[in-house]
Amino acid sequence: MNTRTESLVTVPGPKTDSGYIGHSVPRPNARRLLQGRGAYVDDLRLPRLAHVVFFRSPHAHARIKRLDFTRARTLPGVIAVVDGHDVAKFCKPWVAVLGHLKGIKSAPQYAIAIERACCQGEAVAAVVAESRAQAEDAIDHIEAEWEDLPAVVDMADALAGNYVIHSDLGDNICFSRELDTGGVDAAFANADVVVEETLEFDRHTGVTLEGRSLLADYNAAEHALTVYHSTQAPHMMQDIISRHLDIPEANVRVIAKDVGGSFGIKVHVYPDEMATAALSVMLRRPVKFVADRLESFLTDIHAREHKVRIRLACTKAGEILAFDLDDLTGIGPYSVYPRTSGIEGNQVVNLTGGPYKHQRYRARLNVVFTNKNVTCQYRAVGHPIAVAITESIVDLAAGKLGMDPAEFRRRNLIPDDAYPYTSASGMKFEKLSHQQALDKLLALMDYDKLRAEQTELRRKGIYRGIGLAAMIEVTNPSPAFYGVGGARISSQDGATLRLEPTGMVTCMVSVTEQGQGTEGICAQIAATAVGVGIDKVRIVTGDTGTTPYGGGTWASRGAGIGGEAVLQSGKVLRAHILDVAAAILQASGEMLDVRENNVVDVRTGEVKLSLAELGRVAYFRPDTLPMNFQSELMVTRHYTPHGYGFAFTNGFQASLVEVDTDTGFVRLLKHWCVEDCGTIINPLLVDEQIRGGVVQGIGGALFEHCVYSPEGQLLNGNMAEYLVPMAGEMPDIIIGHIVTPTQTSELGAKGAGEAGTAGAPGAVMNAINDALKPLNARVTAQPVTPERVLRALGKV
Amino acid sequence: MEQSVETTMVVNGGTVTRRIPARQHLIDFLREDLGLTGSHAGCEHGACGACTVRVDGKIVRGCLMLAVQADGKRIDTIEGLSDSGEIAELQQAFHQRNALQCGFCTPGMLVAAQDLVADHPDATREQIREHLSGNYCRCTGYHAIVDAIETVLNTRRGKGHA
Repeated sequence: MNTRTESLVTVPGPKTDSGYIGHSVPRPNARRLLQGRGAYVDDLRLPRLAHVVFFRSPHAHARIKRLDFTRARTLPGVIAVVDGHDVAKFCKPWVAVLGHLKGIKSAPQYAIAIERACCQGEAVAAVVAESRAQAEDAIDHIEAEWEDLPAVVDMADALAGNYVIHSDLGDNICFSRELDTGGVDAAFANADVVVEETLEFDRHTGVTLEGRSLLADYNAAEHALTVYHSTQAPHMMQDIISRHLDIPEANVRVIAKDVGGSFGIKVHVYPDEMATAALSVMLRRPVKFVADRLESFLTDIHAREHKVRIRLACTKAGEILAFDLDDLTGIGPYSVYPRTSGIEGNQVVNLTGGPYKHQRYRARLNVVFTNKNVTCQYRAVGHPIAVAITESIVDLAAGKLGMDPAEFRRRNLIPDDAYPYTSASGMKFEKLSHQQALDKLLALMDYDKLRAEQTELRRKGIYRGIGLAAMIEVTNPSPAFYGVGGARISSQDGATLRLEPTGMVTCMVSVTEQGQGTEGICAQIAATAVGVGIDKVRIVTGDTGTTPYGGGTWASRGAGIGGEAVLQSGKVLRAHILDVAAAILQASGEMLDVRENNVVDVRTGEVKLSLAELGRVAYFRPDTLPMNFQSELMVTRHYTPHGYGFAFTNGFQASLVEVDTDTGFVRLLKHWCVEDCGTIINPLLVDEQIRGGVVQGIGGALFEHCVYSPEGQLLNGNMAEYLVPMAGEMPDIIIGHIVTPTQTSELGAKGAGEAGTAGAPGAVMNAINDALKPLNARVTAQPVTPERVLRALGKV
Repeated sequence: MEQSVETTMVVNGGTVTRRIPARQHLIDFLREDLGLTGSHAGCEHGACGACTVRVDGKIVRGCLMLAVQADGKRIDTIEGLSDSGEIAELQQAFHQRNALQCGFCTPGMLVAAQDLVADHPDATREQIREHLSGNYCRCTGYHAIVDAIETVLNTRRGKGHA
């Protein structure tokens, strides 16, 4: 264990223990969800609420020749039928570029498309009605005339640029990047072993169980808009709605109550959501949009879609000399606002080869526009690709050398004593623990025993495979992620803590909750920092009207950044409480401490004053305190990650599978993950984040695929045909930890939410290829469907 | 014009009579007309299980049944099952084991789990997984949910915790 020596929480007086930090405390806010008493956007009811439904393009690329709303407008309950021009008067278009992604370009995107649709599902009109059913009825009576335009569906065609989707941009390239350390060609020329492989990753999507949803409530008298939004980033949305709808920032309040899953799906600007906000202003009444499941498949951001050529050079002794990468990724017709669709490919370049100590690296990236739905940041952004390609080619090299894959990795991992360390791609690592993680993983899974069992079973014609995947992961991003590029996205978060007169603590924090347990860990930290029981703490998140300004929850940042803000705020509140106590007791504050809801004598622990009594005096009888004394029992502190661009974490995953070589079916027998996310605030929550992430990664590796026809039509946009992991097929998942706290914060927590998804696809694909190895077969495309396994085996 | 049918059902123990549009699904009736928003519409085509409710004691997809088909039937939703205490043990186990994250699938998951706990007290871990195979959870990876249900079954079987 790499724990720090000093106490986690330092307060006036002697050190306290770590309180609730490190304990598996059940989440207080889970109770309402367990009783069906949460409040998701679609659960809210407002007077005069209207419902919007969108008329979407059935074509991948087509000019709108004519839209006729005559009949639709006459139907019962219809309040308005609008097109892109109508909505553009209330909502300005956007172009999603970032200054630090040099050369990135995109075209203006409107809330409702004007003149042409650039992918199937793009909204070109909207109906607002008194009920959703009435709006849906009216949609059927919109008449549209289209002129088909050429659809660029294939990434290679897009890159070739024979037809340019946005002619003003000159070509179909959204973003390109090249990275070269130098010496790569020489390394390959002098290598004993060179391996090369081309891997493909199909599109998949988030499938949050709660669809995207937004309820906008415009108050014309105040020119104010309250937006109830299923979002991860309320302040980012406040800024964007303010600027694009031309409403002063302070007049826009974004409230995220319960959010039914996000995973990056709900951190982007969606045209239909902006249109809903604009319609509320236009119609001067509340308007609600909830994406149904078919709309979700068509219009929630998709993710991945990469074709990657990867090469590795190494010596006979198994020393990796260099990686060489060429990644092509297709993002749909627009870069997604405001984070852009260039980040995922950029991450693939940054992270490929990341766990290893080679010094030579070259990468080329092309991010191209296509006439399919947009892609953007989804859980683990780029990591699943980078890990899968790195770990696949590493296995290939180990196999060529006849070396055990675990041993080959051990020889190449950046040693645990090499930090701080800068990777070949230029990433700066504060301190990672690859070697400890590998040792722990192999022990946890009983690697040698599994290998022996595998050999045994092969003699019986049972093909089991063991796959390993090392990973690094970007967490706690600093302004280097978005802010430096000009995006108005906060990398800083804040927490306000208030001691209530009864001795309870209210904590308003700018990171948000979508099920990760943000509110739970903030309660643990607040209770620990102030010195009260967790039952005395109330957490408020997801409201730009009440919380400090901040980024929200994404990129594995909630605990590491928001948690630190709560800790710092809590420590100051504790000091202020002691100031009041000292005034009441006429004692020195240094002789007092706060423990278990009481002010106590620091040496004896004797209770001097309850916080309830302290609150009563401070709020209702301040006249009894010294004349010049003013209590301050509400405190705000912020935290910005500093020192490193990201708090990198590391981990190791392993998968055990059995492949049925007759049907191509892959049975997942077990999965292991050892993760180092620094200080663990709540082991229960961390483990469940990792398990959920692993299963989401498995989904992409084995099942999930947004299948498009050559014409750009999504063929399986529903839950009957788009397969997601269900309980029956999933394995038990064993979790282990190494703890290397970051020294950049007092809490020491790094992110954990994306680790599972980052590593699982690589581990599972390696396991399948390990099973197929004796049959000289190899799969190189995800999802690894039974058909792809049988093709690899030459059986179909 | 939309055709409506007078329908009477017992929802969470109380009798409800309404004129219900013939095309309205049970889930929408419960949510929109009765304000019972604990049951969720996840996919509206019977694949995800978020709208699972109990009709005359059997678990049913609220999105695959028309509300008028509930005439004369007894409906139990997450709200009623919570207030009656019937699923308290499962709720407690889910809470302790963190067998939920965003909570959107949870009401349906609990109703499905209660069906298993009541009818299959000897269910194995594999049978629990099989029984839940119609209920989609994107957050947990299912492991914790299986653990929580197994804990309840084990406690009832007198075997202590899993």
